[in-house]
Amino acid sequence: MHELIEKVFLKHFNDPLLLDQSDSAVMEVSESRLAFTTDAYVVQPMFFAGGNIGKLAVCGAVNDLVAAGAQPLFLSVAFIIEEGLELSELEIIVQTMAETASDAGVRIVCGDTKVVGKGQCDKLFITTSGIGQTQKEHEDIGSGKLIQPGDHIIINGTLGDHGMAVLAARNQLGFTSDLQSDCAPLNLMIQPLLDAGLPIHFMRDPTRGGLASVLCEITQNKNFGIEIDETLIPISEPVLGMCELYGFDPLYIANEGKMLMIVPDSSSFETLSLLQKSESGKNSAAIGRVTEKNPGRVMMKTPIGGTRLITMLTGEQLPRIC
Amino acid sequence: MKFVDDFRDRELCEIVLEQIHRESKRSITIMEVCGGHTMALHRFGIPSLLPPTIDLLSGPGCPVCVTGRGFIDHAIRLAMQEKTAVCTYGDLIQVPGSESTLEKAKAGGADVRIVYSPMQCVDMAAWNEDMKFVFLGIGFETTAPASAIALRTAKELDLKNFFLFSAHKVMPQAMAAIIHAGVKVDAYLCPGHVSAITGTKMYEPLVGQFGVGCVVSGFEPLDLLQSILMLVKQHEHNNPVVEIQYTRAVKPEGNTKAQSILNQVFEPCDAWWRGLGILPQSGLKPSISFRKYDAVEFFDLSGDEPPDPPGCCCCEVLKGLIKPMDCKLFSIVCTPANPVGACMVSAEGACQSFFRYANS
Repeated sequence: MHELIEKVFLKHFNDPLLLDQSDSAVMEVSESRLAFTTDAYVVQPMFFAGGNIGKLAVCGAVNDLVAAGAQPLFLSVAFIIEEGLELSELEIIVQTMAETASDAGVRIVCGDTKVVGKGQCDKLFITTSGIGQTQKEHEDIGSGKLIQPGDHIIINGTLGDHGMAVLAARNQLGFTSDLQSDCAPLNLMIQPLLDAGLPIHFMRDPTRGGLASVLCEITQNKNFGIEIDETLIPISEPVLGMCELYGFDPLYIANEGKMLMIVPDSSSFETLSLLQKSESGKNSAAIGRVTEKNPGRVMMKTPIGGTRLITMLTGEQLPRIC
Repeated sequence: MKFVDDFRDRELCEIVLEQIHRESKRSITIMEVCGGHTMALHRFGIPSLLPPTIDLLSGPGCPVCVTGRGFIDHAIRLAMQEKTAVCTYGDLIQVPGSESTLEKAKAGGADVRIVYSPMQCVDMAAWNEDMKFVFLGIGFETTAPASAIALRTAKELDLKNFFLFSAHKVMPQAMAAIIHAGVKVDAYLCPGHVSAITGTKMYEPLVGQFGVGCVVSGFEPLDLLQSILMLVKQHEHNNPVVEIQYTRAVKPEGNTKAQSILNQVFEPCDAWWRGLGILPQSGLKPSISFRKYDAVEFFDLSGDEPPDPPGCCCCEVLKGLIKPMDCKLFSIVCTPANPVGACMVSAEGACQSFFRYANS
């Protein structure tokens, strides 16, 4: 175990706080208002086009902090490793985590590792927790309290890339594709908005359950509705094609590098222009509005001018028979 | 997306819609008998765009919905047997049997595997000779050829551990049964993919005997609107005929290669349809030279069809006698998260389609 920690983890995770190898990392933060999050990651397969479970684990924690309007600072990582996992695979994952954290400007300051017997876990489970600092004026961003009729709904790019890339990596579909997961840390895209003082009424990363599930969650039992326009929603051709083939609705497919933002009408244009300057936001689009009508409901205008209701997904999307 | 976007063109759709509004003077009830059509109609919000003269009814075209609860019960029992795996298309796993679902049985340790093609099940059987693999054959003439190819491959490989549990059905008997059951249908929106295999000859008796117009439709909004317009014109001119709108996929003679494989591997049998009961010669079972791959011959799968759960109106919905929201359980007790009847389980089921997409 000691060798594993030395040769794999400390080789790539080399923050001074971690290298101390004490039981706790002790950090100094200038602000007293902190955001704190944790998430566990299991994905099958561990490697997919555009990322791996390690990249997911770092991006997931970072993006959860970003969605709360916080600037991510520190991460803790815990690994549960199934006996027999190839060391080379583990090392690639650890290295990706170190690189992703570095790209995002967050520090991995503590961690833990357990090895369990064969069959007691599926290759590798990772749990990451993250701490970020936030300002008082941003504390309601994650709650939905600030959402107003007239606000614009913005998404920072194409939907469904991650879910479909993982599905393609499972190799059960019988064809190859050049789809890439969108997995990315979003703090570098969002921070300029906060720094510019642009008001953000709501943010959430539409991961499992996709965009539709987030929209349904935020309108549930509220006195406003949401109307989106299908023709404005960015979705890549390969994702659209695969969805047609398998009977999936891309609105419900998982994303790992997307942020749904709700912003006031008055600053929507400026927000979009700023988002479009960053790599993760270059395909950003305003896709709909918060409405007074249809309270508690999410409606979508279809490409032919009809309207339909968007409801919460129950269970997983399953491929259609025919 | 090439070949799809053109069929979702708003301007073209508006032109056809305008024609429908102009042409439709007498009230007409159009039944779609394909779950894919039900889903597409609601997904694009088409009912909200039609004139009040046109009433759309959903018929028994979702393969999951017409499959009896007894079939699920048997499948669960098979999956719980030692060294026996049940392979299925995904949509079947949440369908309630009389007490459980394949999904719950799987969570309880039964060997249930979701596959995208029956050939995956054949592969598993070839690589694991000490286990038995049962593929749940479900669907109409669209999925039956894939099952037929799996059976033929199993025979070529001389597999002893691959079986088909067939609930495959054929469509025309059900379409006639609907009319016999007294449902007032003026016109059928005929299934696109079924017809791509079968051709259109099988619809001629519906026109001849019952005077019901038939148009084979594609699945995009422009397809559906154009098909509705064709049916409206037939109705207005009292001229019911069989027509193909979906000409880019369907030929009058169908796919003769697939038909010949079906005829080689399967033979017709009486089949139980939820909502319609037993319809003679409406099912497909492995023919005599493939009988040793028939799960019904190998395993004990006897027993009567269990009754429907109390209050469930799937039977009436499937016959088009009522609309999903007329069922007392709809959206209150019966939801996609907790489906009582099969029509709420399948993404193509009329009830789930109404639940997910209807505006009110």
